Amino acid sequence: MRAAARPGAPSRLRFDKTIAFVLCALPLAWLTARAFDVAGFTLGPNPVEALIHGLGSWGLRLLLITLCVRPVAVLLRQPRLMRLRRLLGLFAFTYLALHFLAWLGIDQSFDARNVVTDIAKRPYVTVGFAALLLLIPLAVTSTDGWMRRLGRRWQMLHRLIYPAALLGCLHFLWLVKADWREPALYIAIFATLMAWRWRRDRRPAGRPGTATAAR
Amino acid sequence: MPVKKTRPPSLPLPSEITPAARFFGRREFLAGLAAAGVVGLGPDAAQAAALKATKNPRYTLKDKPNSFEDITTYNNFYEFGTGKSDPSERSGGFKPQPWSVTVSGEVERPGRYTLEDILKPHALEERLYRMRCVEAWSMVIPWVGFPLADLVKRFAPTSRARYVVFKTVLRPAEMPGQRFPVLDWPYVEGLRMDEAMHPLTILAVGLYGQTLPNQNGAPLRLVVPWKYGFKGIKSIVEIQFTEKQPATTWNLMAPREYGFFANVNPEVDHPRWSQAQERRIGASLFAAKQPTLPFNGYAEQVASLYRGMDLRRFY
Repeated sequence: MRAAARPGAPSRLRFDKTIAFVLCALPLAWLTARAFDVAGFTLGPNPVEALIHGLGSWGLRLLLITLCVRPVAVLLRQPRLMRLRRLLGLFAFTYLALHFLAWLGIDQSFDARNVVTDIAKRPYVTVGFAALLLLIPLAVTSTDGWMRRLGRRWQMLHRLIYPAALLGCLHFLWLVKADWREPALYIAIFATLMAWRWRRDRRPAGRPGTATAAR
Repeated sequence: MPVKKTRPPSLPLPSEITPAARFFGRREFLAGLAAAGVVGLGPDAAQAAALKATKNPRYTLKDKPNSFEDITTYNNFYEFGTGKSDPSERSGGFKPQPWSVTVSGEVERPGRYTLEDILKPHALEERLYRMRCVEAWSMVIPWVGFPLADLVKRFAPTSRARYVVFKTVLRPAEMPGQRFPVLDWPYVEGLRMDEAMHPLTILAVGLYGQTLPNQNGAPLRLVVPWKYGFKGIKSIVEIQFTEKQPATTWNLMAPREYGFFANVNPEVDHPRWSQAQERRIGASLFAAKQPTLPFNGYAEQVASLYRGMDLRRFY
């Protein structure tokens, strides 16, 4: 593992993070520009739907990308990629929180009764809301301080990303009318990532490639 | 009124409805492509031909019509893809002419009719209708068409005809959405006979005074303004009269979610979302939703068709 020899080269890390930050921010910048009709770009005939679906889709994609980091880092033998997980995860949370807020404020006009009814009565809203709730503690405890304070329990806690991603996929699947291809693709990606983890974590410790960084 | 029976679609027929030059784009006209079709539609809406239609003052609304752009770039026509912009972006290769419609079943005058045969005796009128999608958005559209009842009478349905069934053309080569079985192609819709004969029910051949763009169901589509949009079947090639209620596409796909009647009803939710409110397309990002009206605001005219029926059961 050659790359592991210089894990924390700070300038390299800063470079990686800058690239990742810019890429993650692009869809949000694009949606924002269209929401404010910048340079003639608009959200189209149904701006509310375009905004809410745009935020939700990118949030879910980023959540799955976050889950891809460990397999990719291991398979490419680039453990330094593991340092991008926090940034990716926080971006996913940002998109999904904005997705929820846009639904709450713009689509539902903060109508508390409708919101509560929808969350309680519509399964796709229920699971989407549950997924967001699961992600809140992860975002809160994403700082170095919380990692230190929680120790081993931090890892346990952050496994909540798995059910959150699954619920996010179900949320998408249950809202489409007939064309399940895109949500099915996300579910397949999620299943593949989980299968990889399951196989890998069953392997006895100490064999090549089971670097502790790659958890 | 007698109906002319089938001619080979290749045989050129002079259009007697409107001066041909008004109907066809000049280029197509000169190229002699006018053939049997009434629709001089090229790949994009810019080539749509003007239609001669009179505004029907009985069917107008206070609501502001949606823009031509909204109507033609945001809609569902799964034959071209499931995204809202797919129909406008992927229907360029569709050829709405020449066109003919096969009429069969419980009628005295079955046969294959060219579009020109079908349209000939009918005066086109413009009607401003609300359109409510089952997905809880809505539009206001100035359709150009004629009452379906007038056409049905020409086919002389027998006493056994209780339902009218419509089929969309099946052309995977021109309709990319049909290459994947998102739905059970071809698309089928149907109406009870009294619904088909209701004066509000029209067959549309245009909107905003022009022939229908491909993405909106060229050259001939159904418009039933008190029902959810999916009842408005597009690019019709078959009309059948039956005794039994037909199996319709969305109803087959998810019977709990899409009923045969599909009357707009704010009190009967879709199992996965509320139908109490709708979002008007073209409104600003921060515009509130508006309440959905029973029968999409046409209750006065159509509620009597369903007297005594449990609308929660027959949704």
